[in-house]
Amino acid sequence: MGSSNPPASSASTALASTALSAVLVLEDGSRYVGRAYGSEGQTLGEIVFATGMTGYQETLTDPSYAGQIVLMTAPHIGNTGANDEDMESRKIWVSGFVVREPARVASNHRSTRTLDADLNAGGIVGISGIDTRAITRRIRSAGAMRSGIFSGDTFGLSDGEQLERVRAGASMRGRNLSDDVSTVEPFSIPPVGERIGSVAVLDLGVKTSTLNFLAERGFEVLVLPQSVTAEHVLSLKPSALFFSNGPGDPAASDKHVTLLREVLRAGVPYFGICFGNQLLGRALGFGTYKLPFGHRGINQPVLDKTTGKVEITSQNHGFAVDMPIEGVLESKAGFGKVEVSHYSLNDQVVEGIRCLDIDAFSVQYHPEAAAGPHDANYLFDRFRDVVVARNAAAADAGETK
Amino acid sequence: MPKRDDINSVLVIGSGPIVIGQACEFDYSGTQACRVLREEGVRVILVNSNPATIMTDPDFADATYIEPITPEILETIIAKERPDAILPTLGGQTALNAAIALHERGILEKYDVELIGASFDAINKGEDRQIFKQLVLDAGADVARSHIARTVEEAVGFADDLGYPLVVRPSFTMGGLGSGFAYTEVELRRIVGDGLHHSPTTEVLLEESILGWKEFELEMMRDRADNTVVVCSIENVDPVGVHTGDSITVAPALTLTDREFQHLRDISIDIIRAVGVDTGGCNIQFAINPADGRVIVIEMNPRVSRSSALASKATGFPIAKIAAKLAIGYRLDEIPNDITGVTPASFEPTLDYVVVKVPRFAFEKFPAADPRLTTTMKSVGEAMAIGRNYASALQKALRSLEKRGSSFHWGAENRTLDELLIECEIPTDGRIVTVQQAFRKGGTIEQLFEATKIDPWFLDQIVLINEVATAVAAAERLDIDILRHAKDHGFSDAQIGELRGFGEADVRAVRHILGLRPVFKTVDTCAGEFPALTPYHYSSYDQETEVVPSDRRKVVILGSGPNRIGQGVEFDYSCVHASFALSEAGYETIMINCNPETVSTDYDTSDRLYFEPLTLEDVLEVIHAESQSGELVGVVVQLGGQTALGLARGLEAAGIPILGTTPDAIDLAEERGLFSGILDAAGLLAPRNGVATDYAGAVVAAEEIGYPVLVRPSYVLGGRGMEIIYDSPSLADYFTRMQGQGIIGPSHPLLVDRFLDDAIEIDVDAIFDGTELYIGGVMEHIEEAGIHSGDSSCTLPPVTLGRAEIDRVREATLGIARGIGVKGLLNVQFAIGAGVLYVLEANPRASRTVPFVAKALGITLAKAAALIMVGTTIKELKAAGKLPEIDGSRVPMEAPVAVKEAVLPFNRFRTPEGLVVDSVLGPEMRSTGEVMGIDRDFPRAFAKSQLAAYGGIPLSGTVFVSVSDRDKRAIILPMLRLQQLGYEIAATVGTAEILQRNGIRARVVTKFSDKADDNDVSIVELIRREEIQIVINTPGGRTARADGYEIRAAAVAGDLPLFTTIAELSAAVASIDAIRDGFEVTSLQEYATARTALL
Repeated sequence: MGSSNPPASSASTALASTALSAVLVLEDGSRYVGRAYGSEGQTLGEIVFATGMTGYQETLTDPSYAGQIVLMTAPHIGNTGANDEDMESRKIWVSGFVVREPARVASNHRSTRTLDADLNAGGIVGISGIDTRAITRRIRSAGAMRSGIFSGDTFGLSDGEQLERVRAGASMRGRNLSDDVSTVEPFSIPPVGERIGSVAVLDLGVKTSTLNFLAERGFEVLVLPQSVTAEHVLSLKPSALFFSNGPGDPAASDKHVTLLREVLRAGVPYFGICFGNQLLGRALGFGTYKLPFGHRGINQPVLDKTTGKVEITSQNHGFAVDMPIEGVLESKAGFGKVEVSHYSLNDQVVEGIRCLDIDAFSVQYHPEAAAGPHDANYLFDRFRDVVVARNAAAADAGETK
Repeated sequence: MPKRDDINSVLVIGSGPIVIGQACEFDYSGTQACRVLREEGVRVILVNSNPATIMTDPDFADATYIEPITPEILETIIAKERPDAILPTLGGQTALNAAIALHERGILEKYDVELIGASFDAINKGEDRQIFKQLVLDAGADVARSHIARTVEEAVGFADDLGYPLVVRPSFTMGGLGSGFAYTEVELRRIVGDGLHHSPTTEVLLEESILGWKEFELEMMRDRADNTVVVCSIENVDPVGVHTGDSITVAPALTLTDREFQHLRDISIDIIRAVGVDTGGCNIQFAINPADGRVIVIEMNPRVSRSSALASKATGFPIAKIAAKLAIGYRLDEIPNDITGVTPASFEPTLDYVVVKVPRFAFEKFPAADPRLTTTMKSVGEAMAIGRNYASALQKALRSLEKRGSSFHWGAENRTLDELLIECEIPTDGRIVTVQQAFRKGGTIEQLFEATKIDPWFLDQIVLINEVATAVAAAERLDIDILRHAKDHGFSDAQIGELRGFGEADVRAVRHILGLRPVFKTVDTCAGEFPALTPYHYSSYDQETEVVPSDRRKVVILGSGPNRIGQGVEFDYSCVHASFALSEAGYETIMINCNPETVSTDYDTSDRLYFEPLTLEDVLEVIHAESQSGELVGVVVQLGGQTALGLARGLEAAGIPILGTTPDAIDLAEERGLFSGILDAAGLLAPRNGVATDYAGAVVAAEEIGYPVLVRPSYVLGGRGMEIIYDSPSLADYFTRMQGQGIIGPSHPLLVDRFLDDAIEIDVDAIFDGTELYIGGVMEHIEEAGIHSGDSSCTLPPVTLGRAEIDRVREATLGIARGIGVKGLLNVQFAIGAGVLYVLEANPRASRTVPFVAKALGITLAKAAALIMVGTTIKELKAAGKLPEIDGSRVPMEAPVAVKEAVLPFNRFRTPEGLVVDSVLGPEMRSTGEVMGIDRDFPRAFAKSQLAAYGGIPLSGTVFVSVSDRDKRAIILPMLRLQQLGYEIAATVGTAEILQRNGIRARVVTKFSDKADDNDVSIVELIRREEIQIVINTPGGRTARADGYEIRAAAVAGDLPLFTTIAELSAAVASIDAIRDGFEVTSLQEYATARTALL
């Protein structure tokens, strides 16, 4: 080995400390006292747990986590530091961060800084050194809850005052967060290699990896703010439409549902991920509902009904589409026949839907992974194939004429 | 795609004897597979030569063959049983190689048997280095630059291209046997020569060095619908250069970003697909350059491995069980996850804890061996620990080793930082403690990284542990905060006591007064996402405990910890059997153990499993947690070897009921003076004996007793330093060699016993309920007294003892059992010399031979003993059919004879100069495992045992003989018979003269030390030239020692049958006739039926 220097690492000089300096308070009154981590202060949000053993940086920068305090079940977080490549958006979105063992040094050849530095820079209030498994089990039995982390000046507030603040926080049910996370200005990304067409991406909290996957499949990617109108979308004459993942309750996003219906009626092919799956469900006339504690992990088995194969998927959703997983159904909104294409093998929750009469499909999980396995990357190929087939059909039609 | 309906019977191949690189993890996987297949209604035929295993229990298969795993014997079994399929992926490299041989000889085709689990093609692609390399490159991944060499000269040529150092890896061997780093041409020639020899295909791979890179392993499973999952990622703390079996490893991988981990996962999936493992598991090893992230695929095993056992215990995902189901046609999504009960096996386990595995070595048994860790595995066992962080898991794992100095400590350190840094550069047993000391002396992470290439993150964790230690030492008083802080980082009460300057018990008392106790978390495969049904627990100093209250009567069983020489799978067998018997009797069974290779640490062996170190502190905390509900009937300590027995006193002092023989009674047997009293009372004799604290005293004692004497230091394990001394110069020599080791002194006297030359040694396993004695078996050693019982071969029933002698042995055993006050198991070693019966020692605990007795005679002593411990009588056990009416001291003439043979690890060890270590057997045990041969008479059974242990005795060729003067008379008859059987005979000059005078033609061969010049060919060269097929060499006095060593070393290096005792030679000669017309095979179930018919 040529290099005699250790890979990029930075050591903290702080001695091991036993001082307690932060508390996590849940809506049901349970309290977990630990050490302040990241920024100090107060933060409120829905507490959820994520079970991935890798990919904390991707998780933190995934806009879908906006409004949530994320607990990592993996005990050691921050070991590989942070870098620019693994950012899934421009910043950290979580409301708060709960870990058992923050790293004292960052060790990885790609690391350019510690995770602590990013948390501090982003003003993210966190807590460490608490029984994260006990909290996970609490959430599993009691469901996702409002919660708060109190450190710094707010650590000393009375238990009652802290609980009151938590209970006064916003609930995820009925909450629309799209405006918080969406791009304000539209922008575009050129295709990689041969251009097959353009895709209009409604940014409801889109991840960098998703945009890269689309561009790599030959799409010119037109990223639009969540506030755009159907008319505007159609005026761009996109070859396809894409709705991204994002935070919030799909039942509070009627305007996006309306937009989607209009564009679908115009015959534009559609692919949606996560929030985009819930919105397709609603656009087709189905309901959505909140799961007790959601699916957040990178080990979730999903069955692809078409091939009978199992995909290990990356998931991050608290809501799901309400549809029977067997049989062909009729869209109440007039889009023809619909079926569930994928479902969770853990709990039979709908994980993907497909229209049989129009070119529209979506999945509840994350084929772009980041973090997570790449088993479902093929869905981007499927999306490209739809557009390529349409191009070919159009060319044929042209020749016939 | 549910279960295939065309597979109704399966032949499962086991892994044979425990050897370094292939231990009881294959008992665990094989046992799981057998259970699963039978649950699925498949007829299971099992073959394994290892009687100590749980899988060879007749209850786990429909037909159990304890037979040598050779193509010929396998064919005989196939012809007899006509299985539909063979499952070779759960018995390690042994089973895989056997399957390849069956395929190549056309046996599979001949009997229309299908290989399941992995096809021949897949095995070949995974194991053949050249094919595998191409396949990795095709998958878009990278491999180290390499060349295949088939001769030493070819290898030297390639070295010019690759540069030194380079790696040598032979094809188709396990545990890295024959592989290593070559820094110079001399080393290259030696390692390649060795490697070519060990490789069945006479091929070695030469590779560019990736020394110091980070090493990772992924455990994969794939079904026939192409569903693939990663069960576990494992990271080696010791970087590339140390065999993964000898590395400290951690799960999950802790220093990979998601991007890097997913890259490894993608490569792994492509490889498993390309290799074509489509109904089972495999593991793939990677190296990553820490400087730039370049990834290299090192190798893959298309089968269940040691790492799979570790991964199964680490995650709760039972790889072998699932692999067996996949092999008979199920898909991953059709198999439920046992732990959650509601989710399928087609997922990837996620951990909310950290698992650390540490290897256990036995270098003290081979003082001449090179202690440097290399790519050839040298450890004999391992301990695993689970913690909620790396620091606690590491510290728990280190104390699980039960070895002095294995844990971090903060006492005086005399070495300077520079000395420590230099020591750290070479990987050895205990390097991690040296690293910790270097940090104490002011070493920086940069310096230690430079010295060790251990990832800075892991190094910082040691810094953290030192910082916590400093805080503990500096704290004004031991309050709950500082105690909790220390406990959260895995400090034991003993370590805290060391830091504070008082005893372990005091720390514990303070801690308990403060109410600080661990909670117990659950291994659940899913980080708490779903409720877990299986109570598989580990401790942590967290907030919430997950132990579910129960109102049942509980029995705690203490396991035997990491495998080591002298304490291995045999003890796990007894623990598992006790658990089964007590569970059946209605007790809630609670297992505590820390050995990931075992069946006892399978989550469904006992009602509850605690994966914890077997120290007093850790055991007391588990018992406390379990005492919060139900009724604790007591703790079983007599089945887990010395580990469990050693805890008896402490547990008793803490008021915990000990089941069976009391700690006081145990002391009666262990303490020499007390034991003499018992023998006197029973009218029994021990060999004359004395003690000495120095050389002068030893001379006096030896002369008083009379030579030869057996010397043994007290307070050592496994016969360390035990030797037979024939004269006073040898005694002086002994003291010279023992000098400075600190094992003989005023506080550690040397025990000097009369050595019974030419005596027959006898081992007895029995149970006693306070009134009645039940003999499990009377085993006659084939070697004369003086060789450790664990290393000697023995026969059951005895083949040269008369009824009267057996009756005397029985009476003596009864007297000892009564005298000690045994309740449960008892093992006694006797010697009969000149018609006198001597008692050598008695151990009121499970012995290594308990499973051998069970397989040979069908008497399950461990189960019976467990029930006796909770109050059942032998009479009741007989009435319930749990013990045969007639005990093992009376074996009918029609019964088969079983021979146990030890398997020794000499070919694993080299001196630092690259020479083989000496292979003479003695009173110090050095075997790692054993095999059993069973047949209708002794010669046949003995031949099978040799075949299973060493590949058998060649039926023609040249026998080389060189024996000490004492043995010259005894070799005449056996050598005459060998000559009649057509063997050529070669001998050193002294031995040859005796033979020739007795009419035996013998070619004279030059001794190694008498070699005149380079044209003179010594015996060592003859062995190297493969002109010798069998070696007979008995060690003589000091002068002949060096020559004997050269001969034995050459024999071991050449894998030749080597007889170092006349008794074994005679047995071998008798067996040669018997095996000329091949072997018959009989299953244990058939023997059992015949036994019932006899009664």
